[in-house]
Amino acid sequence: MTATIATAVCLVLGVPLAWVLARADFPGRRLVRALVTVPLVLPPVVGGVALLLVFGRRGLLGGWLDATFGVSLPFTTAGVVLAEAFVAMPFLVISVEGALRGADARYEEAAATLGASKWTAFRRITLPLIAPGVLAGGVLCWARALGEFGATITFAGNFPGRTQTMPLAVYLALEQDADAAIVLSLILLVVSVTILAALRDKWVTA
Amino acid sequence: MTLRARLTVKRDPFVLDIELSAAAGEVVALLGPNGAGKTTALRALAGLTGLHEGEIVLDGIRVDREPPERRRIGVVFQDYLLFPHLSALDNVAFGPRCRHVPRREAREQAARWLSRVGLAEHARKKPRQLSGGQAQRVALARALAAEPKLLLLDEPLAALDARTRLDTRAQLRHHLAGFGGATVLVTHDPLDALMLADRLVIVEEGRIVQTGDAATITAQPRTDYVARLVGLNLYRGRAEGGTVFLPDGFPLVTASAEHGEVFVAFPPSAVALYASRPDGSPRNTWQATVSSVARHGDALRIELAGEIPVAADVTPASAVHLDLAPGRQVWASVKATEVRAYRA
Repeated sequence: MTATIATAVCLVLGVPLAWVLARADFPGRRLVRALVTVPLVLPPVVGGVALLLVFGRRGLLGGWLDATFGVSLPFTTAGVVLAEAFVAMPFLVISVEGALRGADARYEEAAATLGASKWTAFRRITLPLIAPGVLAGGVLCWARALGEFGATITFAGNFPGRTQTMPLAVYLALEQDADAAIVLSLILLVVSVTILAALRDKWVTA
Repeated sequence: MTLRARLTVKRDPFVLDIELSAAAGEVVALLGPNGAGKTTALRALAGLTGLHEGEIVLDGIRVDREPPERRRIGVVFQDYLLFPHLSALDNVAFGPRCRHVPRREAREQAARWLSRVGLAEHARKKPRQLSGGQAQRVALARALAAEPKLLLLDEPLAALDARTRLDTRAQLRHHLAGFGGATVLVTHDPLDALMLADRLVIVEEGRIVQTGDAATITAQPRTDYVARLVGLNLYRGRAEGGTVFLPDGFPLVTASAEHGEVFVAFPPSAVALYASRPDGSPRNTWQATVSSVARHGDALRIELAGEIPVAADVTPASAVHLDLAPGRQVWASVKATEVRAYRA
């Protein structure tokens, strides 16, 4: 559930970001790309610590958020979404950016000469052309968010019903009831294999 | 719907600097060798490449600061760039849809355009199911359906095979005649330019070297490129009455009397070759060495080196008779009546 919301967040933020990275040429683009992909190489626990430092009650933004809006992200469901999105975003951005680079930018030029604004050209021409890339990125992103453990437990904790995710439940169950852990693990395994099997066809044909 | 434009685009070390105009209903061809800057000029007009200097005025309104989508300039790209995920009909309807024509009506307009280019029964096909000639016509219909004030065509026939090209050229000519706005067409094929355009603008290395109608340009080329294009031998020299002296002093006797700097041109078919010095008229006769022999239509095109480089057309029979092969020494002569001189 939180994985789905996190994927939606990634799509809304990641697709425009990928477009900027693929099409626009601005100073510091390398830095932005490095920042986007850093969660890939960062141990998720470190990501969680980083999120705490930024969005924690005493964090860089968290303190301000708490003071102005009374919003506190750590140890809430929204916090889980944020942690999952943070870790899963690179999968989407890299996939979509690749698709965008593969798509011929001249189609956008052709659309412009026909009177299409940048947004219309993106919505009606570019997006359909890169749809396979967006779909693949979205599914990867969702799968990563579903399996997210380290950043979630560090940033959002493990409260059943509030911030407990499947991997967290598996970890907890393993300590108390090994059979339940196996069942949960199997469910995760089946879901993952199903998704990857569905995706492979997409990759092969696309 | 007239165009008046001055374009300067710098792309180190290349500089494009040309002035262009086209009246309503007029077809102007930009003709030039590859890399002359023709496509850059087209992209600059459409707003896809920025101008460093200059202006583009359409119907008295400056559009060079407008983004491409607000210029009302249609483009038929060299490889058409039909949107691969849309049917032919939706490709053509895209322009009207962008002008907020309701979907139904846009599709009706698109259907009318497709039937006008003779593709009514292919409306539902995707671009990859269309042949090259059909795709070209869809691209033309798509550009025209957006109701542009100026239509730009980039090598519209270059991607087609020779046979399709002939048919498509005739159809394109017909559709351009029915278009009320100005048209600028870019090509490196002189035949396309001569067949489709009312006026030719020859571009070399980013500059205009000659403009005029087809008859003037084919009769009086002003650069080597144009001369080769229309198949003439071209030289520049100083005329003194009926004789033109080329820079190294070589005299050519001409039919007309001119004075001062002139171009001299004569067709390769006017050059006669002899094994030994010909008798009679001694004028315009010189010794030359064959540097290459190539087939040219029914004749053979002989390139000669010597006091002046010259191309000559001979029949295969006389080539055999003269034993023409690279390195062979021959005498060349041109009748003065075939040599035309005109002011530089």
